[in-house]
Amino acid sequence: MGQTIARARKSASAADGGSKIAYNSANETLLNKIINWASTYSGAHPEESKLMFKSPMTWPSSLKIDDFSGGAFEQRGDDMVSTETIGTDNLPVIRFHKDSDGLYKLSVLTIADLGQVLNIAKDRRLEETRACLEANPDPLSHIAGDRFSSVSGEDLSTYRYMEEIMKSPREQVDEEAELKKLTLKLVMHVQKFDSDLLKEFAEAVASASRLTATLVEQDVNLLKEFCGDDEDKHVLEDIAFTTEHKFQNGCRSPPWRQINGDISYIEVKPHDEDPFFVTASTTGYFVNKGWIKEKNDLDYEPASDVNANLVELLKMKSAKFAELIVQQDLSMQEASKEDTQEKDAEREKELEQRRREEEQQRSKGRKDHKKHLEPTLTWIADEKEDRRRKAHMKEEEKKSPKTKHQKARMESRGKSKTPYEEDSFSESSSESEEEEEVLERRQESSSDLPSDYWQIQKLVKYLKGGNQTATIIALCAMRDFNLSQETIQMAIRDVGGLEVLINLLDTEDIKCKIGSLNILKYISKNAQIRRAIADLGGLQTMVKILRDPNKELKALAAETIANVAKFRRARRTVRQHGGIKKLVGLLDCAPLNSMSTPEHNKDVEVAKCGAMALWSCSKSTKNKKAMRKAGAIPLLARLLKSVHESMLIPVVGTLQECASEPSYRLAIRTEGMVEDLVANLKSENPELQMHCASAIFKCAEEKETRDLVKKYGGLHPMVNLLNNVDNKELLAAATGAIWKCAISAENVQKFQELKAIDLLVNLLNDQPEEVLVNVVGALGECAKDPPNRAQIRKAGGISPLVQLLTGTNQALLINVTRAVGQCAEEPDNMAIIDRLDGVRLLWSLLKNQNTEVQASAAWAICPCIENAKDAGEMVRSFVGGLELIVSLLKSEDQEVLASVCAAIANIAKDEENLAVITDHGVVPMLAKLTNTTDDRLRRHLAEAIARCCSWGNNRVSFGNEKAVAPLVYYLKSKDKQVHRSTARALFQLSKDPDNCITMHEAGVVKPLMEMVGSADTVLQEAAAGCISNIRRLALANEKAKFS
Amino acid sequence: MAHITAKKYQAKLADDLCRKTHFSKPEVESLLRMFKKYIPGSANQPHTHHNSRMDRTKFRDVLHNSFDMTDDMLMDRIYRAFDTDSDGFVNMEEWVQGLSVFLRGTLDQQTQFCFAVFDLNQDGFISRDEMFQLLKNSLIKQPTEEDPDEGIKDLVEITLKKMDLDHDGRLSYQDYMEAVKNEPLLLEAFGPCLPSSWAKIAFLATFSEEC
Repeated sequence: MGQTIARARKSASAADGGSKIAYNSANETLLNKIINWASTYSGAHPEESKLMFKSPMTWPSSLKIDDFSGGAFEQRGDDMVSTETIGTDNLPVIRFHKDSDGLYKLSVLTIADLGQVLNIAKDRRLEETRACLEANPDPLSHIAGDRFSSVSGEDLSTYRYMEEIMKSPREQVDEEAELKKLTLKLVMHVQKFDSDLLKEFAEAVASASRLTATLVEQDVNLLKEFCGDDEDKHVLEDIAFTTEHKFQNGCRSPPWRQINGDISYIEVKPHDEDPFFVTASTTGYFVNKGWIKEKNDLDYEPASDVNANLVELLKMKSAKFAELIVQQDLSMQEASKEDTQEKDAEREKELEQRRREEEQQRSKGRKDHKKHLEPTLTWIADEKEDRRRKAHMKEEEKKSPKTKHQKARMESRGKSKTPYEEDSFSESSSESEEEEEVLERRQESSSDLPSDYWQIQKLVKYLKGGNQTATIIALCAMRDFNLSQETIQMAIRDVGGLEVLINLLDTEDIKCKIGSLNILKYISKNAQIRRAIADLGGLQTMVKILRDPNKELKALAAETIANVAKFRRARRTVRQHGGIKKLVGLLDCAPLNSMSTPEHNKDVEVAKCGAMALWSCSKSTKNKKAMRKAGAIPLLARLLKSVHESMLIPVVGTLQECASEPSYRLAIRTEGMVEDLVANLKSENPELQMHCASAIFKCAEEKETRDLVKKYGGLHPMVNLLNNVDNKELLAAATGAIWKCAISAENVQKFQELKAIDLLVNLLNDQPEEVLVNVVGALGECAKDPPNRAQIRKAGGISPLVQLLTGTNQALLINVTRAVGQCAEEPDNMAIIDRLDGVRLLWSLLKNQNTEVQASAAWAICPCIENAKDAGEMVRSFVGGLELIVSLLKSEDQEVLASVCAAIANIAKDEENLAVITDHGVVPMLAKLTNTTDDRLRRHLAEAIARCCSWGNNRVSFGNEKAVAPLVYYLKSKDKQVHRSTARALFQLSKDPDNCITMHEAGVVKPLMEMVGSADTVLQEAAAGCISNIRRLALANEKAKFS
Repeated sequence: MAHITAKKYQAKLADDLCRKTHFSKPEVESLLRMFKKYIPGSANQPHTHHNSRMDRTKFRDVLHNSFDMTDDMLMDRIYRAFDTDSDGFVNMEEWVQGLSVFLRGTLDQQTQFCFAVFDLNQDGFISRDEMFQLLKNSLIKQPTEEDPDEGIKDLVEITLKKMDLDHDGRLSYQDYMEAVKNEPLLLEAFGPCLPSSWAKIAFLATFSEEC
């Protein structure tokens, strides 16, 4: 601050004695900045701001004693001192005292209190700051001692201080070094602020002092308004430029003078003096030596000092002007003040407006965000909304550039809607991710807190400061609050109750631990509390308690862990502290169906809580592994035989979470758990049914499991579950299980008997996406069986399926395209699909970003083209469709390539379309793919090449693009299908003599000869045809030789 | 002769107590032996109903050494609760029966015992004043607070709110029993008057070793 203030003072007039800071706009902004800094500093840097000054800052204050009323101050004689004290001498941080000459002076000892004084001063804060800085020209020397006082020349004080801190002996580290560090921080903050101020000030000064033509013009015009004949009213008789002519750059001086920086010349006629001439140059105004009649020109030599301000210059020159201008000045200032006030008000309004808009925007964004999380069918509305929002945003942007980053954020959100979460199956639950972003909600205001809050605060105080008796009473009293209510939960956290509750877990007293866990168990259902418990290290202690001999305590700890371990970091903490092993240990309780004694019931309770905790923990892959290693599987298998629903739910829940791991799926099958799962499908409890169904959903990826499910009669109850239309979670799990079980053909037969198709088709309407994905998946699997295709049509399933093609959910689209493709195998279905424009929808999905969707759509297109009437015309009607599908041959994904090749093979059946795709360069692109080793791709690629050969000179082109030789190697593949399509391609290609030569050279004859002997007639024929073409060429050659 | 009578008497007593308490016969015998050991100079004299009794200081020593209790007032009250015939001494019968409740009592027995301990004037109710007496040392006194007893008074009110189910401003045994049933943690609501679990285990271990 020192440097800037020195500068500010210099700019004040010398007559004031140099110790005053002049009132001008630059200094005012400067002071305002300092005030702002001082009053916000304590908030930003609480520690530094409390640092005691080396010597107090004292200044004559204009404040009155009355200003210092309130509890923080007390009167001591004539003085007013703050009750807060600092340092070893207990000096009051603020002292308001009478000087020897009767003036009041104010002393302050920390920056925080400087801010406080400014708050007290309110509208006089500007004067106070000014007075303070005038009295303390070098604040830094007060703050940090004389060593930091500003000196001209090299200043090494900071460096030396730093060195001192580093050198200080080890044992001194704690307090003194800490203090020194704080001081250093404070000094650096002040210096930084100082240099910032200086920079700003320098800029302001620079821009003000440099004159421009327009500024001169303004000055002169302004003064002109106050000119006239009246000596008592008008400041000057006249003021005018010497010439009316103005150059293009705005200057009025002749060009040869412009080089010297002159802008224009002004003739001034004051009332009390002779007229004189003033030169306005870029450096400022000065009086020149006046008009020389002989030369009829001005004498440009300066006759006075240069002054930045025309008014200042004139003041010195003319006493009359100086006298009158002050009055004018005042009125002018007043006018301008009003003006600025108006402007301020306007700006305020504008800001308010903008703020409100932003608020709206934000709340809308929040709403949208929620919408994305929810499964929805109203994607169209959503997209419209999206578009509207974008449009709105553009408007917004025009209005205020500040919302730019907001826009970027929203756009990224908009984009992220499409990418497909690849691990939606590998990670068994995505719930954890949602929870990672729990919004911190705060109490809006502390003024209207409920009385419960104060009650809880009191109880926590007793918890902290009481012996175990008081603690138990307080804990029991706390339980009487509604602990599931969020305000109560937050109140406990905000008054520091969590720390105490968690500390209690470390005590010896079992009752205190039980009491504490009894509360933690309930409040840990709140996500923020969970986080806080984990942050405070509560999980570690609870994991330790799991080994306690007291069963009640163990069960409570496990139950609380079950609540807390709902987010990833907590689960990791449990694992890293050996919690998984201990929790698995809890599962090992006495035989389940023995007599129910109180002791045995306790054991069961412990096992149940253990299972609940494991359920929560099992959402992390590493925890699943840890559980397996700890031997959880046989224990879970045993508990699965239990008859208590309360026990079964966490056990099955754990199993279904873990079933995302292949090792668990194997174990579930081999340990005979499938039977129990199937049995529990028939349970009365929908939650249990749901978990069983989703466990089967995950396990039925494997054929053996599917067979077991059928063997134990699981298919029937599964289909029965489809009648629970209202329980969406249950429906999602049940349909998922049906989907996976339907992968086996025998199960499809069974489903057919159970009339599952009709039920499934009914579910195509009004269901959330997670249900739809599974329903459509199941239909897709069932439709592999031809009678079911007709059944789907009869049940009216085609239309809703086609409509689902317009969705956005990636997983759903994959299943829908597959199902539609399966249905399109039957011509009757195809007619309906065609009528509903389903092929166009499929085609548009080729543009989807997800490769799986692309491939699946391309596969679905194949049967459509095969079975549609007038398929060629239909394909042509898609504008840009052929170009699009050809361009997909550039894809990196093997599955996409194979599916697109298959589609192209079908498209190429129509000659006109073949011509179009040839124009789009299909030949070189196919040729480029021929080096692949993937048999699936090879098969369809060869098929596509065979079909494409029939147009124009495509055969020759394939030869030129070197596609022939690689094809010959396909014959070495083990896949019969590849042989078949390759032979056909080779047969087509061999119609061109050059290709025959290439083939022959690549050794095609021998494998082809073998294939002539194949049982497959198509292969036979194609191979033979190819050989005959080669042979014919050879014969023709020979003939040509001999003739 | 007296010796034989004493022995007979003791065997009868042991049988009797075994039936009345949660202890087995060897346990009762070892507890009786322990009792004798605590009474100085009586080892050689025959024990009869009258001469073998434990006075207050001795009993407090036992509580302090074996069960780690420190609160003078509560130890005194426990002593009174053991001394069922209110003759100012704990005799052998009272000793074994008291310990039975103390160590292995059912919840009901222990509730009754605790209530007896906390009912300072033995009028069948725990009043506000009694609670205040019992709780007065349970909070750390904050020097800044105007009324240092305010916290205690508040604690008394909290307890009353929680336990005084018939709202008559004092705790009857009925109140106490119901409250403990609802919240077992409140068994020793006004201070530790039962041995902690590990002290219990340690004590039981010492005398089962003897058996």
